[in-house]
Amino acid sequence: MNHPAVLETKEAFGETTLIVDPARIVDLCRYLKDSEEYVRLSGITAVDMHPAEPRFEVIYHLHSLEKNHRLRLKCRIGQSDASGANPEIDSATGVWRSANWYEREVFDMFGIGFRNHPNLVRILMPVDWEGYPLRKDYPVHGYKYSYPSE
Amino acid sequence: MSNIKQSFEDHTSTIPAIQEIPPTPAAPRRMTLNMGPQHPSTHGVLRIVLELEGETIVSAAPDIGFLHTGIEKEFEQKNWQQGVTLTDRVDYLANLSNNLVYALAVEKLLQIEIPARAQWTRVMMTEFSRLNSHLVWLGTHALDIGAMTMFFYCFREREDILRIFEMFSGQRMMTSYIRPGGLALEPPRGWQHAVGKFIKTFPSKVDEYEELLNANPIWTRRTKGVGFISLEDMLDLGVTGPMLRGAGLNWDIRKSEPYSSYDKFDFKVPVETSNDVWSRYRVRIQEMRESAKIITQALEGMPEGAWQADAPHVVLPDREKMKTQMESLIYHFKIVTEGYRVPAGEAYQCVEAPRGEIGYYVVSDGTSKPYRVHMRTPSFGNLQGLPKMLEGIMIADSIAALGSMDFVLGDTDR
Repeated sequence: MNHPAVLETKEAFGETTLIVDPARIVDLCRYLKDSEEYVRLSGITAVDMHPAEPRFEVIYHLHSLEKNHRLRLKCRIGQSDASGANPEIDSATGVWRSANWYEREVFDMFGIGFRNHPNLVRILMPVDWEGYPLRKDYPVHGYKYSYPSE
Repeated sequence: MSNIKQSFEDHTSTIPAIQEIPPTPAAPRRMTLNMGPQHPSTHGVLRIVLELEGETIVSAAPDIGFLHTGIEKEFEQKNWQQGVTLTDRVDYLANLSNNLVYALAVEKLLQIEIPARAQWTRVMMTEFSRLNSHLVWLGTHALDIGAMTMFFYCFREREDILRIFEMFSGQRMMTSYIRPGGLALEPPRGWQHAVGKFIKTFPSKVDEYEELLNANPIWTRRTKGVGFISLEDMLDLGVTGPMLRGAGLNWDIRKSEPYSSYDKFDFKVPVETSNDVWSRYRVRIQEMRESAKIITQALEGMPEGAWQADAPHVVLPDREKMKTQMESLIYHFKIVTEGYRVPAGEAYQCVEAPRGEIGYYVVSDGTSKPYRVHMRTPSFGNLQGLPKMLEGIMIADSIAALGSMDFVLGDTDR
């Protein structure tokens, strides 16, 4: 893939993975959709590499019906500063509308912010939940059972 | 008869059309209606906030997460073998499809070869689970629209399928039958008889369903032309499966990316073009017939041989061997106490489930527990298309439209 956003290309088990510069992910997505026929976004997810840095991998699974081919994009992002604020990446909702819920799920589970997302709120957990369950430093049994007090 | 019809039309044509009164901007007579999460037609716990103008839906906002059980988090605590039991509980109507996709993803990382007999049994069992899922869908969907008999007919056949599941795996619903490395148990003695008996009569049962519904005026009027959503919107919103095939797209993962020796079976991918509740019904009915064909082929051409991979570090040894051979005892001890290790890497595997594309993204760090398992579930993707589909239709039609989507909330929320 000759696109300036692609940093590295990997092949394993017949699957292609592109390591992408997170700052230019939307550029690449738009290019892949418009010029390379990747019309479907199959899903977005993330992996927490805690305590390694950069901590998160945001994964996009693309699918082209015409080429019958799947593509994985991977962006490595870390905590943006020492304050512990959530890491951020640009939202792909402008390219595929399906990114809306996928990104909300990633936000809900990993606390990764998506810039320019139309409605970035929790989707599976209650809206007032604290913490991000799929982070590796989140305990399995939870540390607080919170229900909104009336 | 035609005279009566003619006179009826003459009579009705004189009734003036009801004038639509546009709402004044000052007082938009809109109402917000909360549907669910306990509404029976939402098939689970789905809440939809509907914005209504009269009886027309202006906008719909699905609210999900009521069945969230943290399965992906729990996966990271179990070892690879134990994870199989969690996959059943994701989509409890297509449990074997979930078993299969997990097994295929793990086997991709393990790089082990599965013998033909196990592959064919897997195909047969996943097709049974497709039948199971479509039967539950047809029964409940028809019940929503008002055809009660269908429910009893479909559950009658489903019961037979559940008995076959029980015969194979010992479980009716949470089968955990397909595991990394092969199958959980050897196919039981006499399974050919049970499967053959079922599959011989099943096509005639599908005829029965069609007889009841195809020419039924209530059914046709409540399904034809209802629940339209354009193919472009569906692709953009992440909808998969029979919804797309009902809109004229010939895409089935069993054909386009064959797995588990699906390429050795002869079956068609049913496609309809009218893109409404009716066409989705037609697609699923024909899929049932195709599944029955696949099962018949599996029954007739089932290969002989091993039902588990030749991979002693993954597959539990035979009980007899365990009692007589030191090597097997060691492997048994290692697998049971520690679990097998999977080489570090990542893999994405997808299969065609009854509802669409199930994709498991599995990451291993080389230990005996998964580092991360992500499930791309079809119901989650399909539900994103719901607001678009409900926009502008009547609230009574929304029940038919919802049912045609065939989602399982356990699958959505995980």
